[in-house]
Order: sequence, then C-alpha cells, then structure tokens
Amino acid sequence: MPKEKTSPVITYLVRKRIKTGLKYALLILLAVFFLFPVVFMIISSIKENELQVIMDMSSLRAFIPVGQLGVQNYSDVFTSLNFGQQFYNSLLIMILTVLAGLLVNSMIAYALARLRFRGQNILLSIIIALIIIPFEAVAIPLLLIVNKLPWFGGATTWLDTYHVQIFPFIADAFSIFLFYQFFVNIPKDLEEAALIDGASLFGIYWKIVIPLSRPIIATVAILQSLNSWNRFMWPLMVTRGEDVRPLTVGIQAFFGQSPRLWGDLMAFASMITIPVLIVFLLFQKWFVRSVASTGIKG
Amino acid sequence: MAVQKELITISTHRQKESVLAWLFSAPAIILLFLFLIVPFLLAIGMSLTNMRLIPNPNVPTQFVGLQNYLRLFSDDVFKKALINNFYFVIVVVPLQTSFALGLAMLINEEIKGINFFRTIYFSPVVTSMTVVSIVWTLLYNPGEGLINAFIQAISFGRLGPYNWLTNTKLVFPAIMLMSIWQGVGFQMVIFLAGLQEIPSSLYEAAEVDGANGWQKFFNITLPQLRNTMIFVVISTTILAFKLFDQVKVMTNGGPSNASMTTMLYAVETAWGRLRAGYASAITVIFFIIVLAISIAQRFLTKEKGNGINA
Repeated sequence: MPKEKTSPVITYLVRKRIKTGLKYALLILLAVFFLFPVVFMIISSIKENELQVIMDMSSLRAFIPVGQLGVQNYSDVFTSLNFGQQFYNSLLIMILTVLAGLLVNSMIAYALARLRFRGQNILLSIIIALIIIPFEAVAIPLLLIVNKLPWFGGATTWLDTYHVQIFPFIADAFSIFLFYQFFVNIPKDLEEAALIDGASLFGIYWKIVIPLSRPIIATVAILQSLNSWNRFMWPLMVTRGEDVRPLTVGIQAFFGQSPRLWGDLMAFASMITIPVLIVFLLFQKWFVRSVASTGIKG
Repeated sequence: MAVQKELITISTHRQKESVLAWLFSAPAIILLFLFLIVPFLLAIGMSLTNMRLIPNPNVPTQFVGLQNYLRLFSDDVFKKALINNFYFVIVVVPLQTSFALGLAMLINEEIKGINFFRTIYFSPVVTSMTVVSIVWTLLYNPGEGLINAFIQAISFGRLGPYNWLTNTKLVFPAIMLMSIWQGVGFQMVIFLAGLQEIPSSLYEAAEVDGANGWQKFFNITLPQLRNTMIFVVISTTILAFKLFDQVKVMTNGGPSNASMTTMLYAVETAWGRLRAGYASAITVIFFIIVLAISIAQRFLTKEKGNGINA
C-alpha cells in the first residue's frame, strides 16, 4: 500500500527533473543558434590560411581553432585597409552625435515638460508627429541639401565630412519624447525648493534635473550610440574617400573587392563587433532596459 | 501698489520663463527643421519634378505633375521591390513575433543561469547589420558553406547544396532567416518587459481554478500582452519596409531584382542613376505606407485604452 502512496511523488519528481532537463536542452540549443555565426567569425579571423577558412567551413572545424593560427589577418586589416582611421571616424562621429544629442534633446524636453510658454502644446504635438517620419523618407532630398551647404573656411558642400554624418542625427524626436516622459514624472518638490532659494531656471535644469535623470540619459545614449555605430545607408551616400568614412562603409567597400579575402574580412568584422560586445557585456542591464523602454512608445 | 508690483514681477518672470523655454528648444527645433521637415517637404516637391541629382544642363528641371507616380505604377522593378517588402512582412512578422514571444517566456523563468542565456540571445542585436550580412554571406557560401553542410548532414546528404544568394527563389528567404536571427532579441526584450508587468495574482487565481498551461497562455498572457504585441508587430512591419542594409551588402538587389526592396531601389535610382525626382516619388510612397501603419497602431492601441475606461 505505501508503495502506491510514494509512487505519484516519485513520478512527479522524475517528471520535474525531465522537464528541467528538456528546458536546459532547449536553452542550450537556442544559445548555439544565436552564437554560431559570431564564434565562426572570430575563429575564422585567426586562421591565417585563406584556403583553410573555406575548406574548414563544411565541417565542425569551422568552430575549432586549427591549422595555421595567428593575428596576421588583423595586422593586414590595420596596414592595408587603414582600419585605425576608420575606427577613429566611427568613434568620433558616435561620441559627438551622442553628446550633442543628449544636450539638445534633453533641453527641449525640459522646456516642454517643465516650463510654461506660448505654443508649448503645439510644439509637443509636432515633435510627437515627427517620430513617424523615418530618416529613410528624407535621405534623398537631404543629400541634395547637404551637397550645397556651406561650412566654415569657405567649403561649399558637406559631402565627405564628419559634420554631414553628425548634424542630421543630433536632434531626434523619439529621444525628445523619452526625455519628456521622464521629466514629467520627476516630482516637482526639489525644483520648487531650489526656485525659492533663488536658483535660476538654467541652474535647476543643469544641477537638479540632469543629475536626477541618469537612467534616461543612459537609455538615450545607448540607443543613439548603437544607431550611430551601425549606421550604414547615410554614410554610404555622403562619403566617398577613406578619410571620413565609418567602419560599416569601410568593410562593405572591402567586401566588394575581389577576390574576397575571407580571413581578413572576418578579422575586420570581429574588430567592429568585439568592442560593442564588450561594452554590451559590461552594461548589459542598461542595454536591455533601453530596448525595453522603446516598447512604451505604443 | 504692492499687488501691482507683485503682478509685474510675476509677468516678468513668466516672460523670462517663456524666453528661456524657446532658447532651450531652439537648437532642436532648428536641427529638426533643417534636417527633417525641410527635406521631407522637399521630397514631396521633388517628386513632382524630373530633377536630377547632379544638374544636367541638357535636361533642365521641370514640373512634371504626377508623371513620376504614374510611371511607378508601370515600373516592374518598383513593383517587385514593393512585393518583396510585403513578402518580408507576411513571412517575418508572424515568425519573428512568435519566436520572440516564445523566447521571452522561456527566459522569464527564474532558473539557474538564465541571465547567461538572456545575454546570448540578445547579443546579435548589438551587432551591426553590415557585419552580420558579410558573415552570413560566408555561411551561405554556395559550395561548401556551413549552412549547406549542416543541411546535408541532417538530411543524410539528400538535400542541397543550394545556391542561397544567387537563386531567385532562395535569396529572399535566406535574407529573412538572417534578419530574424539578428532582430529577434530586440522583440524578446520588449516582450519580457511586458510579461513582467502581468500581475502574478492572475496566474495564481487561474491555477486555483485548475487552468492548464495553454489556458493560462490564451486567457491571461496573450490578452495582457495586447499592447506590447501591437507595438512589436507594427515596429517589425515598419522595419521591414525600411529594409536596406542586408540587401545592399549581400546581393545589391540581385539576382535579377529578386531581392530588390523599396529603399534600395530609391537609393539606387537617386544615387546610381541620378534620378532624384523619381527617387523622391518612391520615398513618398514609402512614407505613406509607414504613415498608414503608424496610424493603424495608434488606432488599435487606443481601442484598448477605451476598453479599460468603459
């Protein structure tokens, strides 16, 4: 009789074990699916023999560092493809776009959320409406505009410059909206106290609101950095030489040359990807939070 | 007297506030005006002309009315591009959305090491599409590519090898698979945030009533995720219409326009063939589609809000 009593418990435990086991099997299988291209890229990038990269592809050797290994591909990319210059370009464009964007977008959002002025509601509605216009819809006329814009020192075109890759992306309606939503929800007490103490409105923005806004600053900075680092269509349209072009356009140009040097290409690809992956791993929580916050938009 | 003085200080304060507000807003307004609103209006204007990207003295710019739009209707490449965008939406949106929801539910469980898996599933999202396209081109290599090798191995040599990127029927599905791989982590995170907002008391109550897993999914999870679902579906649809990076890098629209998309065609028309007016007409159509989708989203999401209020 007692046997009958225990057996359901045992079957329950066994079932639970099997269920957990299956869950982990599924999790691992999916991890393999999401990781294999990246592992393949990195492993191939340290294989110095171009033929071997291709030959190893039809077997599991594609994921195993075998054969003639080294950093030859990496140094090739540095010396013959001017990787350093293009890395610097991407980094500079990203940093300037994000910093200027944080300032410009948070300032207008602060005015909309906290100050009172005529036309405020209309301005807010216009900004929200602008979220709908994708950059892709204005890229072609914008190309004509920037082609004819003047710049300091007598330049008559913005083509092949850094600023043509920065200015169009500083002000961003969606970033303004994210800042606005955050500012509206900060309790007003602190600001009111500061106002009574005689602080200026700019002082309140700079010394009280901005320090309280670290979460939203991180969110906007991450989203804008990723967009800037990965941007491809616009720099492809407005840059021709290596001098100012970013990594995405650089690797595409190299990819277009024949014969394709897969080892070098994978080293190039790894060097674009690995810095971002490291930053992502360090600030994982913030990355995930940023992406999750875009969902609030609806 | 005193009251009047106070009123004056209030009104000067108001004025100061107003001036400051416009000063704070000015940089963003100027930039948005110059780089978004002006080119947007210009796109509409240009689409009614035969403007060239580089002025050609032999072909002066002329107003041509709706000619560009009429021509688009009989442009087979444009039709192919538009069909491809819709094809992408019909296949990728349901697949990627359900995959993302499945992943979100899987990683929502509090089991050991789950953070590790979350990180891995999300990592393709931070990888640039240009890089992803190049790596996958190698994976799709026609002869001894890894994907061909894998398919041959699991089918015991009965299937493949396929010419993924040079076969007109396979090229778009190949690009779709890669796009799902890269993008699904994004939606997964949005679904995860949505799942975590569902009150656990709902599930507990259902368990008391003896509901099974499927019943809980269909009667609690899905209805509670309604707005998140609408957002994910709409944003994936809009992304599908923006499709550019992958096709530009991997195939440049080929073979024989089998992977042409609206954005790629617009850019090729303006940049490659210098027909800026005609390209603007394409982007205007593109915008009208995106606008219609966005309006649909607001309409659908609002409905839910009214439902709650009622």
